[in-house]
Amino acid sequence: MVDWRPTAEIETLHARARLLAAVRAFFAEREVLEVETPVLGHGGSTDVHLASLSCEATTPAGCERLWLQTSPEFHMKRLLAAGSGPIFQIARSFRDGEVGTRHNLEFTMLEWYRPGLPLDALIEETAALIRAVLGRESGPLRHRRYRELFREVLGLDPFTAELAALRRLAGERGGLDMAGAPRDDCLDLLMSLAIEPTLGRDSLDVVVDYPASQAALARRHHDPEDGAWVASRFEVYLAGLELANGYDELTDADEQATRFAEDNAARCEAGLAEVDADARLLAALAHGMPAGSGVALGLDRLIQLALGKASVAEVMAFATPRA
Amino acid sequence: MASYSTNEFKGGLKVMLDGDPCAILENEFVKPGKGQAFNRVKLRNLLTGRVWERTFKSGESLEGADVLDLEMEYLYSDGEMWYFMKTDGSFEQYPVEKKALGDTEKWLKEQVVYTVTLWNDNVINVTPPNFIELEVTETDPGVKGDTAQGGSKPATLSSGAVVRVPLFINEGEVLKIDTRSGEYVSRA
Repeated sequence: MVDWRPTAEIETLHARARLLAAVRAFFAEREVLEVETPVLGHGGSTDVHLASLSCEATTPAGCERLWLQTSPEFHMKRLLAAGSGPIFQIARSFRDGEVGTRHNLEFTMLEWYRPGLPLDALIEETAALIRAVLGRESGPLRHRRYRELFREVLGLDPFTAELAALRRLAGERGGLDMAGAPRDDCLDLLMSLAIEPTLGRDSLDVVVDYPASQAALARRHHDPEDGAWVASRFEVYLAGLELANGYDELTDADEQATRFAEDNAARCEAGLAEVDADARLLAALAHGMPAGSGVALGLDRLIQLALGKASVAEVMAFATPRA
Repeated sequence: MASYSTNEFKGGLKVMLDGDPCAILENEFVKPGKGQAFNRVKLRNLLTGRVWERTFKSGESLEGADVLDLEMEYLYSDGEMWYFMKTDGSFEQYPVEKKALGDTEKWLKEQVVYTVTLWNDNVINVTPPNFIELEVTETDPGVKGDTAQGGSKPATLSSGAVVRVPLFINEGEVLKIDTRSGEYVSRA
């Protein structure tokens, strides 16, 4: 039998529409401009852990390869550089291979940028948005340092622990062989399996001070504890679900170009195809993007929590396996 | 045998893990937003029945296991092996060891059709039908008139299983039993 029915109940889609309206009202009140940017672009995400989809398209330039955006980040940053001021977008984003109860190949990202706003103020605003959509108490906002979480839950310091010890612990927790695994893979596994499930249980947890190696497009700063480099980045967790990922945005074009190149070098080493780095983003940064912070929030997950559903598929009209 | 990547792991898929055939029960994709993706997988070891929880890096693959579920009729036992026959008209017979038979031994009845699991053409498991009708061979005499009251007593069935039955059941009666819970359902 062909399964043609939606993965969400019609009633859920009504509720979803109301929550989308609440998001727009939240930003309208704060005078943040809603924008729409392309889903297809000439540059893709070089991030080693994101698989970009691409397609061949006929354009005025002939037949070219265009990338489906893994988030609207690059286009939105170009708007910031062009003087847009604060902007938000509810954008369809695509990540190959990501399908599960918490993931869907294409999903709705709520992303916003605040020129001139420090990261701490953006954390407060992110919490306010989450509470506005959730429509119920989420518990107090609690700052958790990445390092402290590892010490508390696993009894080791993720920055100073021997790689061999991290591999052993990750292997034990996951029931797999982590010999030869890079440091960040061990940390990611432990974060996913051991730490995430403990987060956001009776509070809205914000994890800060990630390892510098996981900075992505965030600035870095020194950990006051011992001067180690950490990423100026935060993630928000509720009910064990990762909801949002925010950065004190990198504005240095040269540093950005270096990170793109490092990403592609790492991709080659991992046997992955190189991705065309976004030359226009680099040009926009060279022109000058105002310093500030930005955050990307998985809107389907937030709606899932608000409506008390068990998977993102239940709040999407048609999840990928049935699309 | 083909190999399967983590994104093809679906409930029911049979794969080889640590040299044993396993059935995938659940597959959960886990990934920190900007980090390495993993798959949390629950598998049932088809030889031991144990459930394993393992994590794989997304994109890793496992070799498929040559595992087949076939309908077969129980024929007889020679005391050492139990013999089943395919129901496809081929009359092909398969001997089954006690180890593969496991708990199903107490639900055996001639001419009943069972699900027999083959791995590389050897029987590794036998699953009884959900409901089976068996005769009571031994129980205390029935209590007359007691058809509604609660209370139960043990009864030995023709297959050797012992189940709790209502007090009014007598020896020689045929009962319908749920093999999954081992509980009495009704008189047949």
